[in-house]
Amino acid sequence: MTRSGARVGPMTAHHTPTPHLDVDALLDDPRRRIIVCCGSGGVGKTTTAASLALRAAERGRRVVVLTIDPARRLAQSMGIDALDNVPRPVRGTTGALDAMMLDMKRTFDEVVESQATPEKAQQILSNPFYIAVSSSFAGTQEYMAMEKLGQLDKDARASGRWDLIVVDTPPSRSALDFLDAPERLSSFLDGKFMRLLLAPARGPARLMTAGFNMVTKAVTTIIGGQVLHDMQAFVSAFDTLFGGFRQRAQRTFELLQADGTSFLVVAAPEPDALREAAYFVERLSEEQMPLAGLVVNRASVDPEVGLSAAAAMSGYERLRDSSDDASRMAAGLLRLHADRKLAVERETRLRGRFATAHPDVATVVLPALPTDVHDLDGLRRIGALLSGDGAA
Amino acid sequence: MSDFPNVQLHVVTGKGGTGKSTVAASLALAHASKGKTVLLCEVEGRQGIAQMFDVPPLPYEERLLAKHTEHGAGDVYALAIDAEAALLEYLAMYYRLGRAGKALDRFGVIDFATTIAPGVRDVLLTGKVYEAAKRNSRNKGARQYDAIVLDAPPTGRIAQFLNVNHELAGLARMGPIKSQADTVMTLLTSPRTAVHLVTVLEEMPVQETIDGVAELRENGLPVGGVVVNLVRPQDLDEEARNALLDGTVDEAALGKALGSSGIDATPELVHSLVAEGRDHAERRRLEDSQRTLVEAIGVPTYELGKLAGGVDLGGLYELAESLCEQGLA
Repeated sequence: MTRSGARVGPMTAHHTPTPHLDVDALLDDPRRRIIVCCGSGGVGKTTTAASLALRAAERGRRVVVLTIDPARRLAQSMGIDALDNVPRPVRGTTGALDAMMLDMKRTFDEVVESQATPEKAQQILSNPFYIAVSSSFAGTQEYMAMEKLGQLDKDARASGRWDLIVVDTPPSRSALDFLDAPERLSSFLDGKFMRLLLAPARGPARLMTAGFNMVTKAVTTIIGGQVLHDMQAFVSAFDTLFGGFRQRAQRTFELLQADGTSFLVVAAPEPDALREAAYFVERLSEEQMPLAGLVVNRASVDPEVGLSAAAAMSGYERLRDSSDDASRMAAGLLRLHADRKLAVERETRLRGRFATAHPDVATVVLPALPTDVHDLDGLRRIGALLSGDGAA
Repeated sequence: MSDFPNVQLHVVTGKGGTGKSTVAASLALAHASKGKTVLLCEVEGRQGIAQMFDVPPLPYEERLLAKHTEHGAGDVYALAIDAEAALLEYLAMYYRLGRAGKALDRFGVIDFATTIAPGVRDVLLTGKVYEAAKRNSRNKGARQYDAIVLDAPPTGRIAQFLNVNHELAGLARMGPIKSQADTVMTLLTSPRTAVHLVTVLEEMPVQETIDGVAELRENGLPVGGVVVNLVRPQDLDEEARNALLDGTVDEAALGKALGSSGIDATPELVHSLVAEGRDHAERRRLEDSQRTLVEAIGVPTYELGKLAGGVDLGGLYELAESLCEQGLA
């Protein structure tokens, strides 16, 4: 564990101080019903979401956390390594915490089953086109995460089982995929091309133009007639569900804009991750979605002693070829110190750049831990660090 | 001498945050330094290459990225592959679909094919890579490449991405798209291709790498090497690290050694350095246990150090040199 009260680099790169993100206030606010953790892949979203959920539960909220792709050991320690697509109570905490891992295909199947007659549902579920779309279409995972969030919210309102939902988002390269997926899927289901495929069965004669024939012919040539046939079967079976899907996507989108929802953008102090975070922050404000703040994960901890990187490096150069143990260790430690000072400077500069462009975004900086997090104690420690709780 | 002398197509994958794009760019530079004409491709529409090399966003067009400076070195070209443009190019090249191409666009077919239709997008992207690797008479006067480095989708999706055949299997059982996929697969499964996986020495990325290698092998895709990226400095030997972990460091002797290098070694400074060293030793212990797992995969491994100041253009050349020395290029 790091030393208590460890502080992360001073914000000297810009003049306006960054507002501090008060995580406990966010978790304790009873009007807060949904917290969405988003950010690009590999920045620690899942761990952040799980830590927030555990802390909220142990502070008295009744919480459910939806994770997408947790590390195996973390999933095991939370008891969610078995995929069954329903929330299960987490053992080892006094708080009321349920957790689940998203099963994308099953969620999609359940939507179809809930929307169609059993006969029709069966027809859709066994269509090769549906199987491909529901298991490998890039964006399905994002869409299904939203769908599951909608279901959990409905469940929470009806049963009163939870008063806070914490959601992790899929590990896409771009954080924006999460917001775009529902729109993409519903525009596909509602698109010109789909209407075109349906046209022969019911279409007005004006669609049967030369253009249409040319298109059908081209599609048949390129992808083959059998695909077109499968697609037509899929589309006509899906036809009655279109309205339902579009409405659901619309409702989830509204849920994300609601007062009780907050977004937390998670980033690592790296140019790519912070750039994605910046895109996301801008997009949220465009969509009028409520941003709670930015979590900067894995920041290098400033050693807070006066020795500069340059001075440490010159000491290292002088000692590196020594033969006695103490000098060699001194050289190694100086090199580490220099690296760490450089990393802190660089990260501070990167964060400063973000803060200058987005001065209103409340931020909390989390120090890099020397060990991986894979149990509830680890999550508790992260939760405490997020809240600036000195006892960490 | 390169460990992969007969490989023309180097596919680089890795979990998010492990630096796969950095490694792909360095690998391209490394090949160029050996006199090869190299194409560096990206397929995720992120313009990562442009950002790394500090050039304007790349169009769907091969652009000179790094011109050789030494005698005997080759040039690096870059291409950001875009599925829509690739489809239109493909149609133009093989079907001469002038007006129909436009009609397809108007009816949303292009959009449909490139974003929704499962597998089609991946066939288009890998298909363009194939075209660059095996230039034929349809693309007149096009440049020939000795090596192609593909900055591919992440480890979790790589086998699916490359195994275009399988993805299409349930859908297109025949037709030109299917035969295009078959042709692409013959290159991707041949000894002319190697898939390299980038990881860092942490639990999740290492696990994903192990799973990724298994999945690639199941699909008959040739696994190249594992690049362990962002490795911490190795200046402290095991003895020193144990002393730091056990708390048995002789701080007085350490202070004296520091003092002899001209540093004002106050007890606070010595104490802080020891605490920093302990954090490092703890991390290293975890790294070592992960390294054992990586070695157990049984493919060549390469290590790249963490650059304290971050990766800039100079850093890419530094990493490229290290890859050459270790034999990946």
